[in-house]
Amino acid sequence: MDIRFTAEEAAFRDELRVWLTDVLPTLGDPPDSDDWPARREWDTGWQRMLYDAGYAGINWPSEFGGRGSTPTEHLIFLEETTRMGAPYVGMNFVGQLHAGPTLILEATPEQQARHLPAMLKGEEVWCQGFSEPNAGSDLASLSTRAIRDGDHYVVTGQKIWTSFGHVADYCELLVRTDTEAPKHRGITWLICPMDLPGIEVRPITTVAGSSEFCEVFFDEVRIPVENRVGHENDGWRVAMVTFSFERGTAFISELLGTMNQLAEMADIARNISCNGSLAWDDDEIRREIGRLQAEYDALWALTKRVVSQAQRTGMPGPGGSVFKLYYADVKKRMADLAHRMLEREALVFGSEAGDEQTGGDMVASRLYVLSLSIAAGTSEIQRNIIGERILGLPKER
Amino acid sequence: MDFELTDDQVALSDGIRDLCQGRFDIDTVRGLADCGGVDRRLWAELADTGVFSLVVPEEDGGVGLGWAEAGLVFEQLGRSLVPGPLVGTLLASGRTDDAVVGLIERPIGPALVEYPDVIDALLVVDKDGVWRVDAAALSFEAAHSVDPLTPVGRVAVLPQGEAVVDHCYGWANRAVFLYSALQVGLATGARELAVAYAQERQQFGKPIGQFQAVKHMCADMYSREEVARAALYYAGCAMDATHGPGLPADPGNYLYFEGNTNDPGDVRGDREHEVMVRAISGARILAAEAADHNGKDCVQIHGGMGFTWEIDAHLYLKRAWALTPCFGSLDEHAERIAAMV
Repeated sequence: MDIRFTAEEAAFRDELRVWLTDVLPTLGDPPDSDDWPARREWDTGWQRMLYDAGYAGINWPSEFGGRGSTPTEHLIFLEETTRMGAPYVGMNFVGQLHAGPTLILEATPEQQARHLPAMLKGEEVWCQGFSEPNAGSDLASLSTRAIRDGDHYVVTGQKIWTSFGHVADYCELLVRTDTEAPKHRGITWLICPMDLPGIEVRPITTVAGSSEFCEVFFDEVRIPVENRVGHENDGWRVAMVTFSFERGTAFISELLGTMNQLAEMADIARNISCNGSLAWDDDEIRREIGRLQAEYDALWALTKRVVSQAQRTGMPGPGGSVFKLYYADVKKRMADLAHRMLEREALVFGSEAGDEQTGGDMVASRLYVLSLSIAAGTSEIQRNIIGERILGLPKER
Repeated sequence: MDFELTDDQVALSDGIRDLCQGRFDIDTVRGLADCGGVDRRLWAELADTGVFSLVVPEEDGGVGLGWAEAGLVFEQLGRSLVPGPLVGTLLASGRTDDAVVGLIERPIGPALVEYPDVIDALLVVDKDGVWRVDAAALSFEAAHSVDPLTPVGRVAVLPQGEAVVDHCYGWANRAVFLYSALQVGLATGARELAVAYAQERQQFGKPIGQFQAVKHMCADMYSREEVARAALYYAGCAMDATHGPGLPADPGNYLYFEGNTNDPGDVRGDREHEVMVRAISGARILAAEAADHNGKDCVQIHGGMGFTWEIDAHLYLKRAWALTPCFGSLDEHAERIAAMV
């Protein structure tokens, strides 16, 4: 075990730091969270800057235009960009981290040539059409129907939780092509242009009042068969194989952003009064800050372990589910602590030291964290995964 | 960066695991409760394997490994519930000639000393240094320990003892790190026992581990253990990266505890040292809580049987409890970290 970075890794970090120091001051202020055209320009503009500097597709193989970095370099990239306040991957998320890797592993050379360079340059924004109102944790039961009609699939149904659906150019879409087969064997993976006739996108307002989620309705949408990735009815495997791209780096920006936030909270606690005395003089507040830091430090160590395992074997260790499960709980505790310190100011939006995803607003953060134990596999599903796949306990079904 | 065990570290961990399974099976361990917690023959086997001289440099007759390795070894000892004053004996190695050495932070007032019937000497740590008290100089009053594997005796007044070192720098950190390693092992052992039972115990015609209420409890046990393990390994690596293996004679920037130190260094100015101290205190909190919670959950998953002496669940929990109030409370560790946030 060696937690020290090699000379090559240190050089990679130094070079990245120099570049970030040069370009970040040129960016200006980030756009308002509800100004979608401006947000698209901001996120894709940053992607283009990464591309021009050779940092786009950091984890993509070089034959597909990526940088082909090691998992550790990927970790360093996320650590430095977060630490220096660079823009978050934002609406490039699906393209860079999910649809892109899927195309790399499963698409035809024509499909790859059509989309991968555009994703890297920030010219295409992708969204994900997986979940449905009746297919959440039980994703494989999805029922959006695709019926073959000559050289098209005719798609009818509804998707939900499609982040950035109203801004995206393409959707990675899972559809039901065989209603008779076992549920995992009748699914097909399609590239769906979002401007096709018959698609309607309706934003969903979240508990935080924001609207990055959408519902997407499909009414006899005709998608060319050439947009299919992998074989018909093999879409479940295509969707799952993408996870082999995951190297334990998924939550690094989130975690490090949270650690910055805790440091800000500690500074605030040293300066504001709570129940008539300095918040920092309250034993419980101070100790909870210490405990939260201990847990974040441990989760950062766990991340480094998972990334190191990925570097050694090509597959991340089992820490991913553990991380997600544990992190969601710890972050909720931090939000609750912030609100204890805020006292009656907790009633209003606009208090400082929230996380970056919520524009530095503690009250918005407290709401945002509710999604952490739900999105990308609920905590209950994570516990099933740990119990069944890691501990070998019998499946319930 | 390669924060994964090397082949040598895996071999070391597996080797200690095999030794524990072969020589410290649960019947043997339970039997040790009847002889003060230590059987000299088995203890000598641990010593011969190098368990206690792990971090002593090779030129001084030790194994010459680092704290990361010491953590791996102590994790396995905890996992098998190996009793005895393991931490004190390791820290005394190369400093005294005693075979079985207890360790205590000098209390104000009477002391509860572990393994009173078997120790050759007791190391007492206070702010002025580390002192050796010969067992012959101690008179114990009987006390009934909560943990059958951690017998204790009460001493009205601890003698001053002879100085072993004239400073206390780093002693608390190193002790706390090793206690944490034992506790990560305890958390693992308790989880393994619970999962095995959940797979075999049937109710309503199914193994109880098939029910989510039980399965999810097991998943939470595993999560706590894994997060604590990551913290522990990081702390071990940070100790090695900061000061190298071995027991440095130079006090350097070693810290005893905030408010109870004559440490001349400015701790907050030393980034590497701060990372290490924060990692050790963090590992301490997470390991102690993982061992406590997993011990309790292990009792719970065993149902009524978990409340009996016969089932081993209580042994993990009690040992976890015995190892917690040593060298600072968890609150003190939380305070120590908070001061660095």
